Amino acid sequence: MKRIAGILTIVALTVLVAYTMFAPRSAPPSHMTELRARMKQKPPPTVDHALFPQLQGPFERPQDVAGTCISCHNHRHTEVMQSNHWNWEREEYIVGRGVVYIGKKNAMNNFCIGAMGNEQSCAKCHIGFGMDDEGFSYTDATNIDCLICHDQTDTYAKASEAGGAPEPSLDLGIIARSVGRPDRDNCGVCHFYGGGGNNVKHGDLDEAMFATTRDVDVHMGADGMDMTCIDCHVTENHNIAGKLYSLSSMNRNRATCEPCHTELPHEDEILNEHTLKVACQTCHIPVYAKVNATKTHWNWSTAGKLEDGQPYHVEDENGNHTYLSIKGSFTWGTNLEPEYQWFNGTASHYLLGDTVPAGSDLIVLNELHGSYADEDSKIIPVKVHRAVQPFDPGTRMLIMPRLYAEAVGDSAFWKDFDWVKAAEAGMGHAGLPFSGDYEFIKTEMNWPVNHMVATKENTVQCTECHTREDGRLAKLTDFYLPGRDYSPLVENGGVALLLLSFLGVLIHAGVRIGASRRRKNGGAR
Amino acid sequence: MITKTVYIYRAFERFWHWTQALLIMFLALTGFEIHGSIEFFGFEAAVTYHNVAAYALIILIVFAIFWHLTTGEWRQYIPSLTHVRTYMNYYVFGIFRDEPHPTRKSVLSKLNPLQKLTYFGLKVLIIPGMLISGLFYIFYRYPQKHGIEALNIESLEIIAIIHTAGAFLLLAFLIVHLYLMTTGETVFSNLRAMLTGYEQLHEEEEDQGINIQVISEADEEEKA
Ligand code: HEM
Repeated sequence: MKRIAGILTIVALTVLVAYTMFAPRSAPPSHMTELRARMKQKPPPTVDHALFPQLQGPFERPQDVAGTCISCHNHRHTEVMQSNHWNWEREEYIVGRGVVYIGKKNAMNNFCIGAMGNEQSCAKCHIGFGMDDEGFSYTDATNIDCLICHDQTDTYAKASEAGGAPEPSLDLGIIARSVGRPDRDNCGVCHFYGGGGNNVKHGDLDEAMFATTRDVDVHMGADGMDMTCIDCHVTENHNIAGKLYSLSSMNRNRATCEPCHTELPHEDEILNEHTLKVACQTCHIPVYAKVNATKTHWNWSTAGKLEDGQPYHVEDENGNHTYLSIKGSFTWGTNLEPEYQWFNGTASHYLLGDTVPAGSDLIVLNELHGSYADEDSKIIPVKVHRAVQPFDPGTRMLIMPRLYAEAVGDSAFWKDFDWVKAAEAGMGHAGLPFSGDYEFIKTEMNWPVNHMVATKENTVQCTECHTREDGRLAKLTDFYLPGRDYSPLVENGGVALLLLSFLGVLIHAGVRIGASRRRKNGGAR
Repeated sequence: MITKTVYIYRAFERFWHWTQALLIMFLALTGFEIHGSIEFFGFEAAVTYHNVAAYALIILIVFAIFWHLTTGEWRQYIPSLTHVRTYMNYYVFGIFRDEPHPTRKSVLSKLNPLQKLTYFGLKVLIIPGMLISGLFYIFYRYPQKHGIEALNIESLEIIAIIHTAGAFLLLAFLIVHLYLMTTGETVFSNLRAMLTGYEQLHEEEEDQGINIQVISEADEEEKA
């Protein structure tokens, strides 16, 4: 009886161990198959705008196009005018600060510093017309630039320093008759070029993604699902899901992976458990700036050097500027490993006019909140952009200089190369004091990395984090990470114990063998 | 010396012993890979294997507990402090002089006092400690999403440190245990017994397995 029970147990255990170890674990989750099928369906347009008599043109002014759009879509403009694409501002609540309106008007960055006083040129990426230094009519619906988002000819382009107006040479009629659902080109013409050049700011939004492969971005690859931005940035009534934490602070309206992939997307339970504390992006975006370089450091303090009285520039072997008289020196990087931070969806911001406490020599312009102990936090990948930028030691404020003007003598740094004048003009324009003194201070900006998702073969592997030295999470030390952390006491004590046991055994065995030899040789006891 | 071949380790006992031995060595191997000390299977495989082996060990232990209770064999492990000293003396002195073991092994008393103490500690402290800390390690979630909030343990650290400390102790036990295996009647007699179940034991029916003569000798030596 007992023997049978014993044998049965042996068999059961062996089968159990063998099954769990070698069972096939790789059948693709069925929801992925469903998702692929869903994403393959590209809805055909419901109307053909080319047939509408109203759109036959010709259109003199871009405002005439907008007016015509509104004549049929007679509620849509109210939606657009509530969007942050239009207002360049969001109402946000910041912990410890209260409700603030954050936008290009008052936020500072560590690239071209800010939009204040530079509106004419910045408006190239605003969805409106008629912006100038004096401001902008946020109530005139015909200033909405419908075409920048809805053009399907891929020819629509905004003119430089024209307050948001299109290139005058364009035939707006042709473009108006092409309109449809925004595709990657519509979003990319602005969002790939943030910071004044391709991929400068984000690092994970690159013009290479206009047409790309799964290796660069598993969602957008033409050899894959070929998804558009709004497949994920789901939009209803012109409210687009997703925003970037350079300018937002609240945990709302985020575009996340879960609506498609669910909260527990893996076959493997242990991987699923990771989702409690680790954002999808952390493992699934091992590197960013995969094709073209992104800026990682910007040093304004070297700006203003001239050659023969003229501004000049220096390029690296890939054609990226490493020095520009008007902007200073830069460092670029490709295939960068992100840095990692805890993030609970809320952030705080340095806003124009904020003063920095004495003694601090680093300003984080958008601090991401979170920690291990915070239940809502997850680890996310971040591109940290570091800079050295002008600072007023008298008022302890970051300086918003006037950068752009049409001509020399208008205090613009890009024409006159005089920090004091540029600071005076810029801060004056913002209604803020300037002590007359300037120096340079280190700043950091956090850019969460969300795009360029890798194929599953290329995800971050266990030991890139679960490793003793130099793991990806080496800087996040507020929790116990298996494989990385240990108690030095237990570790040293344990190793010592093992060594002593071993040594004890050796000595004991040695003496035993010696004694038995002596006995055999007839030696006395 | 009169000896007799005795069936001392029954089939389940031997099965339990060797499976447990393999599982613990395997758990140590995979565990220390997870711990970052060695590289062998690869981290992900080590985690999977460690979990599977852990469940196997738990099942085995449940069976073993059942067996020990139903057969009454658990009584073998009740420690007593008598003769502990004598036995220590044996391992430090007597063994080198080829003295006989101070206590005699029998079916009713398989373990010497030091073994009783050690195995008792193992079964009551270390193995349950590993098991409980291991299960906490498996089911640990912070926060308990969709789970029971009251079970929130804010840090894995204490669990992991207890588990690691236990692992070191088990390894140290293993080293010493493997060595002491050779200190039976002959170098291989203990091993053979645990493999076949049979061992040559001294025949002395009525006594309690205690070698009175040796003990009194040892006590005298102590006094001297
Ligand atoms: C029933 C018993 C056991 C259970 C349930 C268990 C469970 C676990 C779990 C869940 C982990 C964390 C790794 C993971 O996520 O899979 C772990 C780690 C570990 N285990 Fe076990 N284990 C058991 C027995 C053992 C034994 C017998 C040993 C060694 C002799 C051992 C040594 C280790 C070590 C060294 C680690 C790494 C700890 C660290 O670095 O944090 N475990 N164990």
